[in-house]
Parts: sequence; C-alpha cells; structure tokens
Amino acid sequence: MNKEVKWMSESLWKKIAIWVTSLMLLILVALTFDTVSQITEGTSRVPDYSVINNKIFYEYDKKRDILAPVIGELSPLFGKELDKSEAKELVNLGKLTIQAKNCMNCHTILGNGAYYAPDLTKAWLDKGWGSESVRETLMLSFLLDPETNARSFGTNRKMPNLGMSEEEARGVIAYLKWMSSIDTNGFPAHFESIEQDKESK
Amino acid sequence: MKTPSVIKGLRLGQQIAIKYFFAAMILFCAQMIFGLIAGLQFILPEFLYQILDFNVTRMVHINAMIIWLLFGFMGSVYWLVEDEAGSDLVGYKLGNIGFWVLLIAVIVVVLVYLIVQVGPGTESSLWFINEGREYIEAPRWADIGIVAVMLIFFYNIAATFSKGKWSGISGVLVLDLLALAGVYLAGMFYSTNISIDQFWWWWVVHLWVEATWEVLVACIMAWGLIQTIGASRKIVTTWLYVEVALMFGSGILGLGHHYFWIGTPEYWLTVGGFFSALEPIPLVAMLVHAVYDAGTKNLKVSNHPAFAWFIAHVFGNFLGAGVWGFFQTLPQINLYTHGTQWSASHGHLAFFGAYVTINVAMFYMAVQKLRGNIAMGSGLLNKYRWKTSLILLNVGALGMTVALLIAGYEQAFIERAVGGSTWSGYFSAQRDSTFIASMHWRMLFGILMTVGTFFLAWDLLTIGKKNKNPVFETT
Ligand code: HEC
Ligand code: HEM
Ligand code: HEM
Ligand SMILES: [Fe+2]
Repeated sequence: MNKEVKWMSESLWKKIAIWVTSLMLLILVALTFDTVSQITEGTSRVPDYSVINNKIFYEYDKKRDILAPVIGELSPLFGKELDKSEAKELVNLGKLTIQAKNCMNCHTILGNGAYYAPDLTKAWLDKGWGSESVRETLMLSFLLDPETNARSFGTNRKMPNLGMSEEEARGVIAYLKWMSSIDTNGFPAHFESIEQDKESK
Repeated sequence: MKTPSVIKGLRLGQQIAIKYFFAAMILFCAQMIFGLIAGLQFILPEFLYQILDFNVTRMVHINAMIIWLLFGFMGSVYWLVEDEAGSDLVGYKLGNIGFWVLLIAVIVVVLVYLIVQVGPGTESSLWFINEGREYIEAPRWADIGIVAVMLIFFYNIAATFSKGKWSGISGVLVLDLLALAGVYLAGMFYSTNISIDQFWWWWVVHLWVEATWEVLVACIMAWGLIQTIGASRKIVTTWLYVEVALMFGSGILGLGHHYFWIGTPEYWLTVGGFFSALEPIPLVAMLVHAVYDAGTKNLKVSNHPAFAWFIAHVFGNFLGAGVWGFFQTLPQINLYTHGTQWSASHGHLAFFGAYVTINVAMFYMAVQKLRGNIAMGSGLLNKYRWKTSLILLNVGALGMTVALLIAGYEQAFIERAVGGSTWSGYFSAQRDSTFIASMHWRMLFGILMTVGTFFLAWDLLTIGKKNKNPVFETT
C-alpha cells in the first residue's frame, strides 16, 4: 500500500479534484441562469401573478403524459379583477403571511416542508372545497378559524388559529390560486381537481 | 517555528472548542426533547394545541439540530487547527467573542420562537421573528449575525494556517469553509415567487449537507484517522482529494434531485436523477477506505469511544445518505415519495449517521485530552456508560428510520398513488393503521434515543475523571 502507484499519486488527485469541482460549478452556474429565467413569474412555467384573474385547471397533457396546469377564462378572485401590480401586491401579502405564520413547518408546499398536514401545492383545486361557487368563502372562513371549521377526517388533528387578518387570508388564497398554476412537471400525480365549469373552446 | 503554547494541557483553540462542544451537547438534548414533543403531537394532536403548536416544536427541533451540528463543526475545527498548523491560534480573544455572540444570538432566537412564535404578514416579521423557511428559519437579523461570526471564525482559522503551515487537509478545509459560508448567503433574501424561493433555498440545504458538510467531515475524518490509528498522512490526503472529486463531482449537480417538481425545467429530471444517483459512490469509497485502514492497522487505539463513533459515522453516512437517499432520488420514485415520511426517514438517518456521529466522536477526542490524556481503552472505568449511549442512540436511530420508512411507504401509496395528494387523500394515509403504528414505534425509538443522549451527556461529564493513567503525549 505504501509504494507509490501512479494513479494513486497525491498531486494527480489534487488536480482532478480541482478540475472536477470547477467544471461542475461552471455547469451549475450556466444551468442556474437558464433556470432562473424560466421560473421568473410571467413565464410559461411560472405564470404572472395576475393569473389569479383566471380559472386554473389541472389536466392531463397527452403529449407529456402528465397532469399540467391550464389557464382558462376570466374568473377574478373574490369577483374583483386586479391589474398586474395589484395582483402582485396581494400575492406578496400571501407569501409574507405564509412565511411569518410558519405554515411550512406543518404543511408541504411544492412538496417541501413538513408532513403534519396536507400538501398545499394544489390546495386551490382541492375537492374538499366542495364546489367552485362556495370555494372562496369556505377557504376564507377556514383560514380565519380553522379550529371551528376543522375536518380532520377522524384524526382530531386540527390546524391552529394563526391570528390571520381577513386581508392576510385573502392574500394567502390568492397565493394558493397563483401557485396552482405553476407547471410542476406533473406533481402531484393523480390529483383529482374540484369540478370547474369550462367554456368549450 | 516556536513551540505552540499549551495551557492546562489544552491549546488555545481547544479551549474555545470545549465551549462549542459544551453548548452543542446542551442543544442536542434540547433537540431530542422537542423531537419527542413533535412526535407525540402526531399521536395526540391535542397535546399543546394552540400553546406550542407542531410548527413551533418542529422548528425548534430542526433548528436546534442545525445549530448544534454547526457548533460541533466549529468546535472540531478549532480543536484541530493548531495541531494541523503547528502554530498558536491567531485570535483567541476574537474566537471567544465570536462564541459568546453566537450563543447569545441563538438563545434570543429560540426564546422568540417559543414566546412570540408567529407574526403578521410583514417584512418585519421575517426580520425579527422567523423567516418561515425550513432549516433556515432564523430571522434575518440573526442571519447577519451568523455571517459576521462565520467571518471571524474563517479569519481565525485561515490566519492560523497562514502563520503556521498549510497541508493538504487544511487547504481543502479552508476552501470548504469558505464555500459553506458563501452558500448560506443564497438563503438570505426574500422572494414572492415560491419557485425562485425554493430554488435558492435548496442551494443552502442541499449544498450544505450533500457537498460542503460532507467535505468538512471528510477533513475531520482524515485528521481523525491520523490521530486515532496513525494512518499515513500521504495516503489519507490522497484519499481526501479522491473524496472531494467524487463528492463535488456528484453532489453539486445532484442538487437537481430537488428541482424535479418546483416549477423548474424538465432537464433537471435527467441532470438531477443522474448525478444524485452517483452521490453514494464517495460514501462507499469512504467506507471501504475506513474499513481497510481499521483492518490493516492494529486496533490498539487509545480512545475506544471516539473510534467506535468514527466507525458509526462511516456506516451511518453510507446507509443514511447513500442508501436511504438513493431510494428516492430517481424522479420516477420521487414523484410518489416526495414530501412524505420517506423524506423524514432519510433525513433522520442521514443527519444522525453522517453528522451526529462524527460530532460525538470529536466530543470524545476532546474529553480525553481535557481529562489529561487518559487512556480510554479497555482499562476505562464505567465503560458501560459510553457503550449504553452508543447502542441506544444507534439502535434508536435505525429503529426510528425503519418506522418512518414504513409510514412513508403507506403514505406514498395511499395518499400519493391512490389519493392523488388531496386533503382527504392525505388523511386517508394518516388514518391507516400501519401508519399509526409506525408513529408509535417512532416514539418508542425516539425515547431510546433521548435516553441515549442523556447517557452521552452524563458520560462526557464523568468519563475518565477517576482514571489516573495518562497513555500518550501528543506531539
Ligand atoms: C400547526 C400546524 C399547522 C400550521 C402552522 C398551518 N396549518 Fe394548515 N392545516 C393543518 C392541519 C392539521 C390541517 C388539516 C385540518 C383539517 O382537516 O381540519 C390544515 C389544513 C389546511 C388547509 C386545507 C387543506 C387543503 O389541502 O386545502 C389549508 C388551505 C391550510 N391548512 C393552509 C394553511 C396556511 C396558509 C397556513 C399558514 C398561514 C397553515 N395552513 C398553517 C395544520 C397547520
Ligand atoms: C449526509 C448527507 C445527507 C443528509 C443530511 C440529507 C438530508 C436530507 C433531508 C433532511 C431531506 C429532507 C429535506 C426536506 O425537509 O424537505 C433530504 C431530502 C432528500 N435527499 Fe438527502 N441527505 C443527504 C444525502 C443524500 C444523498 C447522498 C442522496 C441521494 C443519493 C439524497 C437524496 C435525497 C432526496 C432525493 C431528497 C428529496 C426528498 C423529497 O423529495 O422529499 N440525500 N435529505
Ligand atoms: C427523540 C428523537 C426524535 C424524535 C421523536 C424526532 C421527531 C421528529 C418529528 C416528529 C419531525 C417532524 C417530521 C414531520 O414533519 O412529519 C422531525 C423532523 C426532523 N428531525 Fe427529528 N426526531 C428525533 C431525533 C432526531 C435526530 C437525532 C435528528 C438528526 C440529527 C433529527 C433530525 C430531523 C430532521 C432533519 C427533520 C426534518 C425532516 C424532514 O423534513 O424531512 N431528529 N423529527
Ligand atoms: Fe439533496
């Protein structure tokens, strides 16, 4: 073991380590530039926040063989159409609330976070909200008082009251609606959405 | 070169290291307590409901972990820096100030987590209460403090090597510390856009645990192998370079296994799947290397507990990160396991196997010298203490991992494959009797681990105090 074998030489491996690391970093930086440009809001993968003015579907895409979001006709959240900057402001309030209330240490969002409560990626499209017409009201009352409105499905696991203001809860709902329009390469799979009327194209 | 100064048997950096280790051990105990509470809330959801909710207990659990492991690493580096540099620490006072600033910051952050818990949806909540981003929840003011302390730390280490001498190990170590601190900056800004948010969040989390932390422990292991079994520096250094090449070669682009479903483009399915599938290779290499070294050298080590924990590290890293990580790293599988108890299963065994183990090994290295270079081999008194804690912690970790794996399997099947990850699908899995049983087993093994942790603390406080036979002189 102690005799010098060429391919086990210290200086050779030092060079390899440096080159391999540099190469990988270079590729990562290049891919990062490309990815960030593709996931900035307002792209086909991550729509602009004003998408909350429209219906969002999650449908089977034959070509890709996965479920993918489809943006439908106008259907403003809380019946009020917002311009780009108003939409951003509302969604941003939702994001700040989600961080400040630490939702991700109970829930997963895009599959990341904690496993104590349901994934919120497509919460806007969840069948649990019954029907399109009552969804917004139900979501609002649930977020404002999750204790009284608990479902828990017999587990008794309830979401606590997080002291959200109504405006914050609206922001959160806008956030969830916007998030459901992100193209997540088919995650979650087999998700069955809430019934939504669709204009025939 | 002047001979390094030694006070009370400990060098300057080692005196700072003892402080870090002490604080780390206390936080380790806190981590276990909060883990138990969080685990209990799965079984008894009313427990501390609206008083100390799951999101708070879990946050304290995982933050205590991150912080104590970092404390342990900083302590480890302070511990070995002077021996490796052959010189005194440049900034003893500075290092001490850094430690106290960091400790006070941690205490304030935790108190705010426990008392204030959550804030209104404003930027100032993120600055002063918590950022709500898993593992790096610490509010922004604390982020800035952490970076400042890391800079002090980095300066201290790099300047000490510059004053003394550089080696292969120290070269890798210093560059790696720089990368470790640099990557943290990627987690320090806010974005409305969740895809952008998680993209950079994973830079911190993944590039820490699967790249920079791995290389950091490889450096500590390299030093440990030389110290405990007198392995040849040349061979160890060569291996370290091999490890770096393999680890960064696979781990940097392996980052892509977190970019399957967060809005990022489809090419990550290929890039992430391929490179992360290679990530176990360096861990296998490490295992082979360590077993080979342990087998060829005579095993007359003078520090049995440290050696046992070094071995636990090698196996734990391979199993927890390499095997358990590999299970779910291909996109076809990850589509179903993503964000279920599978991740928790892997997360527990990987963090325990790779990082708890090596920190405990370093605690034992340190305590040996602290008690006056006593022999910690077969003649040691109260050997049962370290052995009990070793067994309880490792059996507990493995048992918990298996319980979570079973829970994860049920969840992936019932919630993901059948239930389509809906609200009701989620609860179908949570109600499943096998799932519930697994949550109870997790608690049982968690209790074993907690008892093991307290045994460890007790052992570290007492080990070797009554032994009066110093065995060796460190050079
Ligand atoms: C302490 C843990 C906890 C925290 C923190 C928490 N939740 Fe929940 N959440 C739950 C639980 C448990 C449920 C299931 C409640 C039920 O079924 O009654 C739930 C249910 C939900 C639902 C309905 C389920 C679905 O799939 O649509 C939504 C929406 C939701 N939470 C949003 C949030 C948001 C937004 C936040 C942060 C502002 C948050 N939660 C914080 C535990 C938590
Ligand atoms: C010591 C090294 C490692 C540690 C400490 C570690 C830890 C973790 C943790 C804690 C998570 C969960 C993150 C979350 O909260 O969402 C995670 C996720 C993951 N890890 Fe590791 N890991 C390590 C190495 C590896 C390796 C080597 C692989 C692959 C071979 C791997 C594959 C994965 C995958 C695929 C996920 C995503 C799980 C999901 O989709 O939810 N890990 N890791
Ligand atoms: C007393 C023993 C322990 C118990 C009961 C326990 C319990 C828990 C619980 C309940 C969670 C939340 C999981 C979820 O969101 O569903 C968790 C998360 C976590 N714990 Fe522990 N834990 C223990 C010990 C440890 C140890 C020793 C480590 C490693 C050092 C650790 C690391 C983690 C990590 C990394 C997570 C986040 C996992 C993820 O998101 O994938 N825990 N733990
Ligand atoms: Fe990873």
